[in-house]
Amino acid sequence: MSVDSNTVKRVARLSRIALSDDEVPHLQSELNAMLAFVEQLNEVDVTGIEPMTSVIPMALKKRRDVVTAGGEAGKITANAPASDDHFFLVPKVVE
Amino acid sequence: MSGANDLTALTIAEAREGLAAKSFTAHELTSAYLAAIEKARVLNAYVIETPEKALAMAAESDRRLASGNARPLEGIPLGIKDLFCTEGVRSTACSNILGGFIPPYESTVTSQLWRDGAVMLGKLNCDEFAMGSSNETSAFGPVVNPWRRTGSNVGTNAGTLEGTALVPGGSSGGSAAAVAARLCAGATATDTGGSIRQPAAFTGTVGIKPTYGRCSRWGIVAFASSLDQAGPIARDVRDAAIMLRSMAGNDERDSTAVDTPVPDYEKALSGEVRGLTIGIPKEYRLDGMAPEIEALWQQGIAWLKEAGAKIVDISLPHTKYALPAYYIVAPAEASSNLARYDGVRYGLREQGGDITGMYEKTRARGFGKEVRRRIMIGTYVLSAGYYDAYYVKAQKIRTLIKRDFDLAFAAGVDAVLTPATPSSAFGIGEKGSADPVEMYLNDIFTVTVNMAGLPGIAIPAGLDAKGLPLALQLIGRPFAEETLFRCGDVIERAAGRFTPPAWWTP
Repeated sequence: MSVDSNTVKRVARLSRIALSDDEVPHLQSELNAMLAFVEQLNEVDVTGIEPMTSVIPMALKKRRDVVTAGGEAGKITANAPASDDHFFLVPKVVE
Repeated sequence: MSGANDLTALTIAEAREGLAAKSFTAHELTSAYLAAIEKARVLNAYVIETPEKALAMAAESDRRLASGNARPLEGIPLGIKDLFCTEGVRSTACSNILGGFIPPYESTVTSQLWRDGAVMLGKLNCDEFAMGSSNETSAFGPVVNPWRRTGSNVGTNAGTLEGTALVPGGSSGGSAAAVAARLCAGATATDTGGSIRQPAAFTGTVGIKPTYGRCSRWGIVAFASSLDQAGPIARDVRDAAIMLRSMAGNDERDSTAVDTPVPDYEKALSGEVRGLTIGIPKEYRLDGMAPEIEALWQQGIAWLKEAGAKIVDISLPHTKYALPAYYIVAPAEASSNLARYDGVRYGLREQGGDITGMYEKTRARGFGKEVRRRIMIGTYVLSAGYYDAYYVKAQKIRTLIKRDFDLAFAAGVDAVLTPATPSSAFGIGEKGSADPVEMYLNDIFTVTVNMAGLPGIAIPAGLDAKGLPLALQLIGRPFAEETLFRCGDVIERAAGRFTPPAWWTP
């Protein structure tokens, strides 16, 4: 399988990565090189094989349903590029 | 002067002994490393140095040593890969998108090292988000390997320059270079497809990727969560064993961290491999593989045999599919993990009109080329209509890769011996500029281990014709790190240790 330039632009959009038109051809050839490389997996018969879900067979751990952290709004927003009174600021999303 | 410098030549085990015997203080040991770091900036191994913190921690160690309350790593100066979050100390995963990020918390692994008395020297360079095999994708620029090809004088001011500066491997390139150049006694590292073992191989150091779940991933910047594991890079097998004991252990905050006791790994170094069965997988013998890699492998087999191990030929038939399957699974998980970098909660923000424009511009500017490419491949293989053809298929192949190992272990194999890398260190800028797959092939021998969740160790075993270190890899059963240390120790005793001459000191 290989991707065309429209697919590259669509994937960039899905990835939320801005892409200029002149970056498309190079990226297209790199993505196609990777897809060509993984093509060899088609040689493998995987009929009846379960997909891997956990390399170490173990039951998912559970913890007690109690509050373990909180009251740290100052710490949580400390690294925000824009914040006000412990709220994250973003461009307007609702008119 | 020379006395202080000599302290950086000590292994962790030797330094521990010297500190206990009061031959020198933790302050003297830390100061020797801080001086060495200052003189080695040309290597670009550290992205941030924390001398005040180091000296404060060393002072506490000296108090503990004086009062007879020394902890297991008391006063041992370590470097920390920049992928580990360290409270109050900038942690960026060597990406512009985390530019000024100062974590308000400490990763579990590093907190356990400080609990045990270790001293933090600073944060070490790595590939951006640990995506790379050469340390060239770092936002802080490449790391220079302390090893040079025979005859090369690159990096010095001595007349005509000969040769090229070499990469230290990646992604834990700063960790490996710093350990090899004696800029720390040991370093933390992480391994998703070979990022501990390949740089260890390129620098003549020992690196172990433990079993998936042995070390907590909490507080480590995530790349591919089902493959990522932390481990040490150290000067020798004993030091790696000492470090892993402190790094490993269960953690309530990582649901995949495994609740089994952490053994005293040092006790495994008995020099005894009699009764162990070592498997030699024929699929690791590649067409066109350098004859010196094959010779090194045969030498490793001979050493283990001489020490009494039983050698058997085995087959791991799905080996060749591990790397292509990895380049579906790892980017898919990365595209999901890296969705969090959106310019809202931390790191870089670029203005872009509406909120989607802000996301898109922030991520285009903040992520480097390799990271953008992997996010896009991951997004593609997870997108509607392709999920089953790529992602589910790759996860099924992963089941087959693990089954290959399970069958070998069930047939009595205790550990598998392979080469660690298909070549020695290459030059900065030499690989992967036209075709990304050329760079990915570096991990061909290491990536199977992550896909199967097994422990793997790289042990320096010789020098190639260019005078550069080469390593062997041992792969073990789940949680059989002790077997790897035991066999690695036997190889190390036979091969000796490898140290580059300190050409970078002005």
